[in-house]
Amino acid sequence: MKIHIKNGHVIDPKNNINDKLDVFIAAGKIVSIGAMPNGFVATKIIDATNLIVCPGLVDLSARLREPGDEYKARLASELQAAVAGGVTSLACPPDTDPVLDEPGLVEMLKHRAKQQGLAHVYPLGAMTRQLKGTALSEMNELHTAGCVGFSQANVAVTDTQVLWRAMEYAATFGFTLFLHAEEPFLAANGVAHDGEVATRMGLKGIPSAAEALALASILRIAQETGASVHISRLSTAEGVAMIRTAKAKGLKVSCDVSANHLHLTEHDIAYFDANCHLKPPLRTQRDKAELTLGLKDGTIDAICSDHTPVDDDAKLAPFAEAEIGATGLELLLPLTLKWAMQEKVSLLHAIDRITTASANILGIAAGDLSPNSNADLCIFDANEYWKVNPKTLKSQGKNTPFTGLELAGKVKFTLVNGQVVYHD
Amino acid sequence: MNNPQLDTDGQLRHLLSIEGLPKRILNQILDTAESFVGVAEREVKKVPLLRGKTVCNLFFENSTRTRTTFEIAAKRLSADVISLNVSTSSQSKGETILDTVDNLIAMHADMFVVRHAQSGAAHLIAKHVPPHIHVINAGDGRHSHPTQGLLDVFTIRKYKPELHNLRVAIVGDVLHSRVARSEIHALTTLGVPEVRVIAPKTLLPAQVEKLGVHVYHDMDAGLKDVDVIMMLRLQNERMNGAMLPSSEEYFKTYGLTQERLALAKPDAIVMHPGPMNRGVEIDSTVADGKQSVILPQVTYGIAIRMAVMAILGGGAGATL
Repeated sequence: MKIHIKNGHVIDPKNNINDKLDVFIAAGKIVSIGAMPNGFVATKIIDATNLIVCPGLVDLSARLREPGDEYKARLASELQAAVAGGVTSLACPPDTDPVLDEPGLVEMLKHRAKQQGLAHVYPLGAMTRQLKGTALSEMNELHTAGCVGFSQANVAVTDTQVLWRAMEYAATFGFTLFLHAEEPFLAANGVAHDGEVATRMGLKGIPSAAEALALASILRIAQETGASVHISRLSTAEGVAMIRTAKAKGLKVSCDVSANHLHLTEHDIAYFDANCHLKPPLRTQRDKAELTLGLKDGTIDAICSDHTPVDDDAKLAPFAEAEIGATGLELLLPLTLKWAMQEKVSLLHAIDRITTASANILGIAAGDLSPNSNADLCIFDANEYWKVNPKTLKSQGKNTPFTGLELAGKVKFTLVNGQVVYHD
Repeated sequence: MNNPQLDTDGQLRHLLSIEGLPKRILNQILDTAESFVGVAEREVKKVPLLRGKTVCNLFFENSTRTRTTFEIAAKRLSADVISLNVSTSSQSKGETILDTVDNLIAMHADMFVVRHAQSGAAHLIAKHVPPHIHVINAGDGRHSHPTQGLLDVFTIRKYKPELHNLRVAIVGDVLHSRVARSEIHALTTLGVPEVRVIAPKTLLPAQVEKLGVHVYHDMDAGLKDVDVIMMLRLQNERMNGAMLPSSEEYFKTYGLTQERLALAKPDAIVMHPGPMNRGVEIDSTVADGKQSVILPQVTYGIAIRMAVMAILGGGAGATL
């Protein structure tokens, strides 16, 4: 199949392309951008007039719920959601049931995902067996099976000796560790930011210090061991400042923020909206402002969806008992665009944060439109508004704090390996 | 976002928390309660305002006292009352809160009185029920206990009608207390100019001053010249751990004794939502002393609960 994408505005952050150009695809690869190659005869022409053509989105954190939690979501539904959101590559955390700490499980997941023929799935293996924080998992075996990095998902490692060893071991082989910074004792039973709103609503708080303390341990040990560490879902102003300092010192550290945290604060909990029960908790206006600054100045490398589908019943409970998480794959692009528009950030810069930057963190060949790279693309209308409606979301998880909101940015075509896998 | 407690005409639809209720509604409840105080003193302690209605006490967390006062209040209004201790029945069989509620709606309950260990449980139910059903929060987690807050200000109004001239101290475990939160909102909404909270830092929530209170850690300084002292109950499980070293030390530093009471205004009143821990937060001589209004609080509690139910049931304007 040879595809000619005509009249679109191409944005390819890696190659600094931001222009009205045509794209030519053959045998699942990008052949050329701009001039039609000699002898190219398209078998399919996509008219991208008034549309943006960019690399397929790369999401650093999307839960697919397989294996084990199929009543919440299934690979089929979530990978449909991914491509409907323009996401063509995604990393999934290891907190499945069973945990992704066995090469066989990873191979099975990769295989089953590939069968769907939709987005590419890159599992993050469990850093420790069963995520228990005591014994290291077989990182090399898991890497061979397809893991692109190792993570503890939302489970903290309380034993700093184990954290140290994990970083030493990962550093030996050049693996990146994906860690969520939350000190578990300070955060115990907490469900909201420990501030004004939690106090008024009578919710147990998670202080900002829980992030700072965990981050201090992680960064210090990373410095000692030379490990490459990615901090998942930063939430506090202090955390941003600590990462900024760590980067200035030359540590091998990167980090992301969830699209939810770029737009919401503790006040969005309003009258106990369980859709705002998220991990980390939504924090203050000041934290949100600093996350934005950090994302602008490059302290924060990427935006993730933190896609966590939850079945409706699990949200129909008092706030603290409602299951954590929100659906996000289909909202990553529009929420990123909304952020860029509000903050007057260029489209090129914003798209970089959900394509090239996240691909670099995962160390995968994706997130750009270089010649001969996989033809994974997202073609969208930046000016078309759509209303977030649980009924029309492809994800099995219908829970999101953004329900009812009108968002700009509608995906029109998604291509994976040169095949149209989604068409609006 | 719409205030879930008020209907489109600004009238009370559910009583979920004091926060978010205008002064007008608080006064309506207090004034209605005033008219119910006398009912209990009659030979026939009943008015027919809720005749034919079914009030369902839905207690997901055990409480004999609060449940009893709601029961009495509903019965004095001639309602039929069902009381369910759900903590010991369906919940232990795995039924969700909303399933339990749906079953009772199917049995034609008109009003739910809900207590639950989790903050926000009453809001969840209020959001779920059809428009003709009313929900009264009888305590949700650490969040709110609005009828307690109302009966406390009702009691204060009885003894100290000049609310605009009062200095009130709330003493003890504010962190875990839904009563304290309700009292603070009720007092500040009704225009009490100075509300103090007195507690060690371990028993105060983050940024408590944003609720509009003055924070004291020194009991003696905090009690100086106050008109009202509202003591809070200290739960047993908080007494020996990371919150507090011991009940003895707590009593020494924050217990209300006759000597400490003398620091307040000479005519200050002492309140407690009950049940009391004598010798932990309050000395028996104070609890039983002449400045104590703890038992009148209980009496007024019934009038307040009658008032809330009558207003929600649509019979507030009726003659008694």
